[in-house]
Amino acid sequence: MSQQTIVHDSEHAPPEPPPGDERPVRGDSSPARDFSKGFLVKLVLVGLIDAIALYGILTAIAVEQWAIVGFLVLALVAVNWAYFSRRTLAAKYLLPGLVFLLVYVIFTACYTAYVAFTNYGDGHNSTKDDAISAILAQNEQRVEGSQAYPLTILTDSDGDLAFAIVRDGQALVGTQDDPLAPADDATVESDKVTALPEHEVLGFAAVAQRQQEIVDLRVPVSDDAADGSLRTQDAATGYIFESVMEYDPAADTMTNTQTGVVYRPNDQGQFAAEDGSTIAPGWRVNVGFDNFTRAFSDERLRTAFVEIFLWTFAFALLSVLTTFVLGLFLAVVFNDPRVRARKLLRALMILPYAIPAFISALVWKGMLNTGSGFLNQVLLGGAEIPWLTDPWLAKLSVIGVNLWLGFPYMFIVCTGALQSIPGEVYESARMDGAKPWRIMRSITLPLLMVSVAPLLVASFAFNFNNFALIYMLTGGGPNFVGTPVVVGHTDILISMVYSVAFESGLKQYGFASALSILIFIMVGAISWWGFRRTRRLEEL
Amino acid sequence: MRRSIPAFAAALGLALTLTACGSSGDDGAKETTEPTADSATTEAALTGTLTMWVDETRIDVMKPIVEKFQSETGVKVDMVQKVSGDIRTDFVSQVPTGQGPDVIIGAHDWTGEFVNNGVVAPLQLGDKASEFSPSAVQAFTYDGQVYGAPYAIENIALVRNNELVPETKATTFDELVAEGKAAGTKYSVLIQQGDQGDAYHLYPLQTSFDAPIFTQTEDGSYTTDLGLGGENGEKFATYLQKLGSEKVLDPALGGDQVKEAFLNGEAPYIVTGPWYTTEFANAGLDISVLPVPSAGGSEAKPFVGVQGAFISAKSANPVLANEFVVNYLTTEPVQTELYELGGRLPALKTAAAKVDDPILAGFNEAGATGAPMPSIPEMGAMWQFWGTTQVQIIGGQATDPVGAWNTMVTNMQDAIDAA
Repeated sequence: MSQQTIVHDSEHAPPEPPPGDERPVRGDSSPARDFSKGFLVKLVLVGLIDAIALYGILTAIAVEQWAIVGFLVLALVAVNWAYFSRRTLAAKYLLPGLVFLLVYVIFTACYTAYVAFTNYGDGHNSTKDDAISAILAQNEQRVEGSQAYPLTILTDSDGDLAFAIVRDGQALVGTQDDPLAPADDATVESDKVTALPEHEVLGFAAVAQRQQEIVDLRVPVSDDAADGSLRTQDAATGYIFESVMEYDPAADTMTNTQTGVVYRPNDQGQFAAEDGSTIAPGWRVNVGFDNFTRAFSDERLRTAFVEIFLWTFAFALLSVLTTFVLGLFLAVVFNDPRVRARKLLRALMILPYAIPAFISALVWKGMLNTGSGFLNQVLLGGAEIPWLTDPWLAKLSVIGVNLWLGFPYMFIVCTGALQSIPGEVYESARMDGAKPWRIMRSITLPLLMVSVAPLLVASFAFNFNNFALIYMLTGGGPNFVGTPVVVGHTDILISMVYSVAFESGLKQYGFASALSILIFIMVGAISWWGFRRTRRLEEL
Repeated sequence: MRRSIPAFAAALGLALTLTACGSSGDDGAKETTEPTADSATTEAALTGTLTMWVDETRIDVMKPIVEKFQSETGVKVDMVQKVSGDIRTDFVSQVPTGQGPDVIIGAHDWTGEFVNNGVVAPLQLGDKASEFSPSAVQAFTYDGQVYGAPYAIENIALVRNNELVPETKATTFDELVAEGKAAGTKYSVLIQQGDQGDAYHLYPLQTSFDAPIFTQTEDGSYTTDLGLGGENGEKFATYLQKLGSEKVLDPALGGDQVKEAFLNGEAPYIVTGPWYTTEFANAGLDISVLPVPSAGGSEAKPFVGVQGAFISAKSANPVLANEFVVNYLTTEPVQTELYELGGRLPALKTAAAKVDDPILAGFNEAGATGAPMPSIPEMGAMWQFWGTTQVQIIGGQATDPVGAWNTMVTNMQDAIDAA
């Protein structure tokens, strides 16, 4: 608060009105009277934001996304309050960042955590209601050998829908409640009812307006429900269908009418019979810590886990180390004023950084191909070195390509840090008779580390989860021979998660989220430890 | 004025954020909700907009057909182009939210995943079902119900460069390799592999050993019983090792590499599909298409892939969707036009009979006995184990082919049991 007051004073209560400001009123600080150019700009911009937010609110209401509506309303109020109130100076600077933080970090993190506790994934894709209607639809079968009837859709005087067909030359009409019954007064043309007294025949346009009703309509064939019912999907042809599965909302059970087996919902979000057989699809339910315990209890995951775990650390460490050493070396070299065309060379050095990493990875993948790759064919004169298919060479290739991708970043960072070290320090070191190597070790490196070390920790965390590179370059391969999940020698933890949770055929969002949270905890712990260590460097 | 710069930056940032949240909530709405809202409110005339998802590989073929459908029926169709890598996942995740399309154009092997998630509605092809080639309808059949209307079929076959080898006398794959070697080119018979293997392109050879991935029932539908184990599978594994040691098969030869090699005249034979033959013909190669000769004694049967249209389980326009998928897409003129635009064999028999292109006819003959790729959701895991093991046998990492093959079968069975 005290800080705010100070700023307030200097900004809004100067001892004298600033020159050029002709408005005499200063005591009253109502913004409405302060029509400076800045205020107008602010008015326009906030108005623009309000308009966009309103548009967002309206569309969100239209699709009934109430959480988004709520968030947008709150954001709208917060923005207007922050930018029009005199007492919220800090908020004016913080608000955009806070909103970004909420949307891109906190929301995603919370949602991932939420999904980790559900069984969301293939087979458990939606709500129970959806699953029930899907099961019913999938198990409604055309009565074998039944005829296809050209169908006429009618409405009676009340506007209720009716179906009319012609069977064995006899016109039949029925509604949802009245089974098909002869209608002798119907006009029939080429096996199709074209008119019926007191009814109106619906044309295609009218059908299109009531299509959901029409598709949902089941006209019983007779009073006996076992005879099936007439329904249509395209409003032109009717078929007799029978339901294999029947749902009883009161008892919440699904019954197979042919076998008599009763299925009840289980706590895994599926209808299950006594003997354990289930019906697909299921629905999404909360499964507690199942996903987390599975990560440790699944036999099939355990086999390759240790090797992948160690390789992930090795990969992240070596990536940071190699890129940093090369980046630093180049930065030192190009920082020397004796090097000619330094600017041009520096610009060239940054080039790999300017190309999207996944494109570079794909290009490298092509260049490292054993038979037709540029490296083997052109540079090594037709050698057949299995750069990506031999376990150790593939690991080497991954680190090599990551070096190419990563050194420009380290180069930039180190160049910046080197240039911020004052020249006097070097001068005094030289006056004291220090040799270049000694200067490097005792002056440059420690001073450099103050600003670069936290970035090295961040780089480690980034490479720990460097999914794009692994996925694009080797796809985790070469795969281990005979493991029960398909993972390979260059898979890191995150690409293993992807392979297990998505590429194994069934997508398992819940399981994937749980695993990624475990990885997050790991990376978080390492980074926390790393940052604490780097703080000590600053105390130099 | 001093404050206006950070204020401006802040406002801009906020505006961007808000648009970002706004759009994350309404991009689906733009595609689907607005049109359906129209259909509920407007009176008279035909209303209702059909939303259709098509990926970039199929959109050029579908566009003229959809335009015709619009002008003939008056139904407005909103074609949304999706990225081929995302269309399937997006469909599964967006249908439950009510923001998916009414119709999606895709491949038959999506059926299992869609049904398992309850996102597609069963179709009633009615008597038309018998007018399609049997494997095309079979492909879209899951648990006895049909979920898609097929329009095109594709499969792989043996493609020959007539300039290098004018005539094929070989009746077995070994003879074919010998013939290819006699041509004196760098490669004999190209079959694409890549680092992760490619079981799809090796399937004709595998079936010639009577080791299909799953056993089939009388009517041709797949069971979940693995068929590639046992003695037949082991023989095939040993054969793979032989082809690998002879360098006929090579993990370094992926799709791009074999295409380049064949285009450069470095091989007289390649096992591939119609997706490359257009390029071969455009490059001026004189090619013929033949069935793949048997390697193991039985007939070599490739997988058949079928293109078709699905209807969403939550479509707000079920009648219009059926009108397009079941009544329009399945007509002979439309199937013929799709063939002319897409260069794939029509699924409808009457339309297929009209095809006079010798290359496609060759593919048709080679795929005549082929079975559709299985569409059960576990197939994803099968492909992984399958390709990986094959490439390890070919590349020599798995020194004991029979052992590696049997481990693979065990792992496949575990994956099926775990699912």
